[in-house]
Amino acid sequence: MKKRDQIVRLENISKSFEGLGVVHDLDLSIYHGEFVTLLGPSGCGKTTLLRIIGGFERQDFGKVFIDGKEVSKLPPNKREVNTVFQSYALFPHLSVYDNVAFGLKMTKTPKNQIKDMVMSALDTVMLRDFADRMPQNLSGGQQQRVAIARAIVKQPKVLLLDEPLSALDYKLRKQMQTELKQIQRKLGITFIFVTHDQEEALSMSDRVIVMNEGVIQQDGSPKEVYENPKNMFVARFVGEINVLHAVIEKTMHGKLMANVEGRECVLTKDHKFLEGDRVRLLLRPEDIRLEHIKDADNDYPLQGFIEETTYKGATLDSVVRLDSGTTITASEFFDEDDPEFEYKTGEKVAVKWVDGWEVLLPDE
Amino acid sequence: MKALKISYSSLVYSFLYLPIIVLIIYSFNASKFGTSWKGFTFKWYESLMNNSSLMSAAGNSLLVAVTAATLATIIGSVAAVAFYRYGFRGKKMLLGLVYVLIMAPDIVMGISLLIMFVTIHMNIGFTTLLLSHITFNIPFVIVTVLSRMKGFDKNLFDAAGDLGATEFQTVRHVLLPMMFPAVIAGWLLSFTLSMDDVLISFFVTGPDFDILPLRIYSMVRLGVKPEVNALCTVMFALSLIIVMASQILNKEKK
Repeated sequence: MKKRDQIVRLENISKSFEGLGVVHDLDLSIYHGEFVTLLGPSGCGKTTLLRIIGGFERQDFGKVFIDGKEVSKLPPNKREVNTVFQSYALFPHLSVYDNVAFGLKMTKTPKNQIKDMVMSALDTVMLRDFADRMPQNLSGGQQQRVAIARAIVKQPKVLLLDEPLSALDYKLRKQMQTELKQIQRKLGITFIFVTHDQEEALSMSDRVIVMNEGVIQQDGSPKEVYENPKNMFVARFVGEINVLHAVIEKTMHGKLMANVEGRECVLTKDHKFLEGDRVRLLLRPEDIRLEHIKDADNDYPLQGFIEETTYKGATLDSVVRLDSGTTITASEFFDEDDPEFEYKTGEKVAVKWVDGWEVLLPDE
Repeated sequence: MKALKISYSSLVYSFLYLPIIVLIIYSFNASKFGTSWKGFTFKWYESLMNNSSLMSAAGNSLLVAVTAATLATIIGSVAAVAFYRYGFRGKKMLLGLVYVLIMAPDIVMGISLLIMFVTIHMNIGFTTLLLSHITFNIPFVIVTVLSRMKGFDKNLFDAAGDLGATEFQTVRHVLLPMMFPAVIAGWLLSFTLSMDDVLISFFVTGPDFDILPLRIYSMVRLGVKPEVNALCTVMFALSLIIVMASQILNKEKK
């Protein structure tokens, strides 16, 4: 199956700068045609990893393979990958056309092919009419597109993107996210995208690799990473999450009795915990349902008081202080059948969630 | 308060520029002695053109300045590329030594160069003068070019490598075109420094090879002739143009 062909393979990669470890013994395989995102806070090693793949940094230990060939010691100009830099790094003394043609000219592409290749790359990023402009006379978004055209013109096996959208404003960023995905689908090139923006990572990628302190924390589809975080770091970094403390009291077949924030709850998901285990119960704000206490049946796991509500347009966000003192955030969509959908500050509410949507992690 | 500000700055600027303005006016004065105004004339400029010893000194000066500036610019630019692009042992110390040379008093430079030429039995003349001028110009070229390169985005060179350029191609097609305005500025600076250097040249050139600043210097010892006024006016205008050109070239493109 072609889809599973490895295009990039990292083996036991370690890198430190002046004695400070940035990447620790990291293994990673990236497959042909994937859109992979390296996600993590600044300083987590994601950019260093990208620069090791590109050849701009030399790893202290480990091996790098691109398309089956070991390139561990090759300089950037000998690797079949191209990079879109965060600062775009367009050559200020060259026109848009010459910027895009640069890579072709350096590697002695036949002259009669250069023009067609450059124009088709400029078509891909919708900048055909800007070929004669100088980079400094373009807007940030246009410069970004030139940087992309320059990197894809040589039809690399892998395109590396180092936070390419971070300098753009919100609206342009959204637009470029969509365009990048379209370009990736059209060209079928593997994209390795680095970002610290979890929303960007989730919306664009086929696969998200969450990193922290030079180690891969989780490697999975956006859905897996968001809905089933493997540890507390991933849970907290990818989206907002409520953390509740719980103790397992009784395990039954496919069911658990647990004391959650001082109240007895039945959890129906099949969890692998033993009686007496201390755990954390994680809930996304949008998975929580609140009910006026007077309307609720008796079957609700938690209760608390409304501390604050925030109108967000599409949703109503409420901060609830549970009886145990812990505060949680619930984000609910407005109910069209209920125009009176709101809570008063200080009101007592029942807190529910859909059975099985909670995530349980061991208390670390 | 405003009046004070204006009078203070006019005082400072008149102190700076009045002598030059007086000199320029006198170069057009028909009177042979600069004490009274006897009408407007170009005759000092004419007699300047006919003064063959002055003109040959001017020719010598131009020859030395152009050659020294060109060679110093090539050597200094290559050094600046090395300082900017490559890491090597003792880089900081070497760069420090460049700055020391800029600070070093000319008299020290002049005497030490003379001693060196005498020690190695070189005849004082064109060659020694040229070598000395190249020597004192190099640090200025390095500093001018390097200061411009500090503003470059280092990712540009990564990008060039990423696109398949070898190290040589990166320097040739990215670094050189980008540093070119600073190279020209460095040349112009060297040229002006060479053109009006008296102190160092005084030690390292002989009677066979006379240059303009030294010629003027020996002429004014017998009183300032009006031709000298005319000559100084021409030199002032020339250096003004060159300084302006180098300023414009070294300005960051918007």
